[in-house]
Amino acid sequence: MMRRLFLPLILFLVLVFLIGPFFIIVAASVSGGETLAFPPQGLSLRWVAKVFTVDSFRASFAMSMFLAIGGTLFALILGIPAAYALSRYRLPGGEAIRTMVSVPIIVPGIIVGLAILRYLVVPFSFDVTVALFFAHTALVLPYAVRVVSASLNNLRSDMEEAAVLLGSSRLGAFFRVVLPNIRSGVLAAFILGFVTSFNQVPVSLFLAKPGVQTLPIDMLGYMETTYDPSVAALSAMLAFLSIGIVFLAERFLGFSRYV
Amino acid sequence: MSDPSYLTLDRLTLSYGDTVAVRDLDLTIGRGELVALLGPSGCGKTTTMRAIAGLLTPTAGKISLDGADITRVSANKRAIGLVFQSYALFPHLTVYENVAFGLRLKGLRGSDLDTRVGAGLKSVGLTSFSGRKPAELSGGQQQRVALARSMVMEPKVLLLDEPLSNLDARLRLEMRTELQRVQKETGVTMIFVTHDQVEALALADRIIVMLNGGIEQIGTPEDIYNRPVSAFVADFVGFENVFALENGRLKTANGAVALSSPAPSSALGLAWRPRTVILGSGPFQGTVRGTSFAGNSREYLLDTPLGPIKAEVDAAAAVHAMGSALAFDLPVAAAASLAKYG
Repeated sequence: MMRRLFLPLILFLVLVFLIGPFFIIVAASVSGGETLAFPPQGLSLRWVAKVFTVDSFRASFAMSMFLAIGGTLFALILGIPAAYALSRYRLPGGEAIRTMVSVPIIVPGIIVGLAILRYLVVPFSFDVTVALFFAHTALVLPYAVRVVSASLNNLRSDMEEAAVLLGSSRLGAFFRVVLPNIRSGVLAAFILGFVTSFNQVPVSLFLAKPGVQTLPIDMLGYMETTYDPSVAALSAMLAFLSIGIVFLAERFLGFSRYV
Repeated sequence: MSDPSYLTLDRLTLSYGDTVAVRDLDLTIGRGELVALLGPSGCGKTTTMRAIAGLLTPTAGKISLDGADITRVSANKRAIGLVFQSYALFPHLTVYENVAFGLRLKGLRGSDLDTRVGAGLKSVGLTSFSGRKPAELSGGQQQRVALARSMVMEPKVLLLDEPLSNLDARLRLEMRTELQRVQKETGVTMIFVTHDQVEALALADRIIVMLNGGIEQIGTPEDIYNRPVSAFVADFVGFENVFALENGRLKTANGAVALSSPAPSSALGLAWRPRTVILGSGPFQGTVRGTSFAGNSREYLLDTPLGPIKAEVDAAAAVHAMGSALAFDLPVAAAASLAKYG
């Protein structure tokens, strides 16, 4: 009897721990009160509306979107050929390259952020936006290479040879035959990269400066000065956005196959 | 039309690092021939085929096709078709678009394209499948799409990699007939790679038996089947009792043994099919160690001073019990004489 109840109890507690904060945030965001509080005081959408009036949120949201979309696209432009070379050719040092590409996942973001700040931005007065862009690209690259590699490994190479024998160049075969068949892997890599970049805090924390901020950093800063529920409202909206993206990705791509 | 040296390989060598896959291969294939490259895995037949297609670059040697040296011509400009063992269809494209793939690259559009693709699909009986994706077809249908996709390009040479090995027995016969028909109708030069001597014997005009990166024997199916020149080929086509000769006598583990009649002086070895071993009389003695019934015939495995001997007799003949002593003969007249041994 004990045993039968024990496992479901553990499962329940884990779910509360994982999803519980989400419900608290959603509840807090529709509070009518003046401060971030749970349980909410009254019911109102005024903090949701307030989010859209804060200028710095608009700017940092735009910056986050730019980094997430641009950085991920750039990571894919670098990562797809790398994944292709790693899966199709036996390269000298291929294993080392594979490991090196994964390094940004393993090294703590704080260290990456500090290193970029100390050795790139400060000595070379590197533009912060450019530094952020490259930092996000590097952080997303491991996902791009890994997810695309997984799709490529499932794709037989004789298909490309068939295309070549039908008159296509090697490069043409890549665009006509390989790319269309790894499309869902590329999309999955894009979504994963987008979410990773969008949620990135430690690296951005080091590189951001007034006026050039990503949304999570901006939210952190906002909360330090203004303790109203609009941060909760923004968080809830972002959470719903993420859920929507992942739901659609699962529905149309079978996202869970790739991650 | 008939050009006996349409495709020639001249001292072709291919190696991967230290491993030589094909060594100094000389081969001439005529226009419109249907040739089989036959051999066990690792003999170099697939490497040779891929070199002809341009998918592998030879280490040394020359390939010429229709009077032109194509050794350095890239694969996409050789006008050589290849039907892959896995078919290698494009899964994201319909049957129609698979067949149209090469023609589009040639710049065909509209009704010209439609006519060619339609004719290609019709020739393999898949007209009604043009809108389907490869995954919605059976293995046999996929192979016919692959065949049509190559044939609409009107290749100078069509290569086929193990074309029958992925099909079940019934489809195999169907595809064999299909390939012969396509070859007859179009007159295309066809080279197919196989490890199965039954396929090679049934389908090819000429068989090239390969071993260890070189050619062991070239001949008609009848030549290969009846007159193997080496111990390897003999064993490969069912001469299961193979002996080397030493001064006209059989070389065995127990020393040289004289035959009932003199061996041809040119032979380095002799080989007998189980069918041609005479049981019940003869100068040799053996003990029945194994026997199995095979419908029309019965097979015996004998322990003899010459080594193990396989014999096959009519099922109607008297049965020899396990362990019984038996006289037998290896008649020289029925043997294949081998010009090469080892």
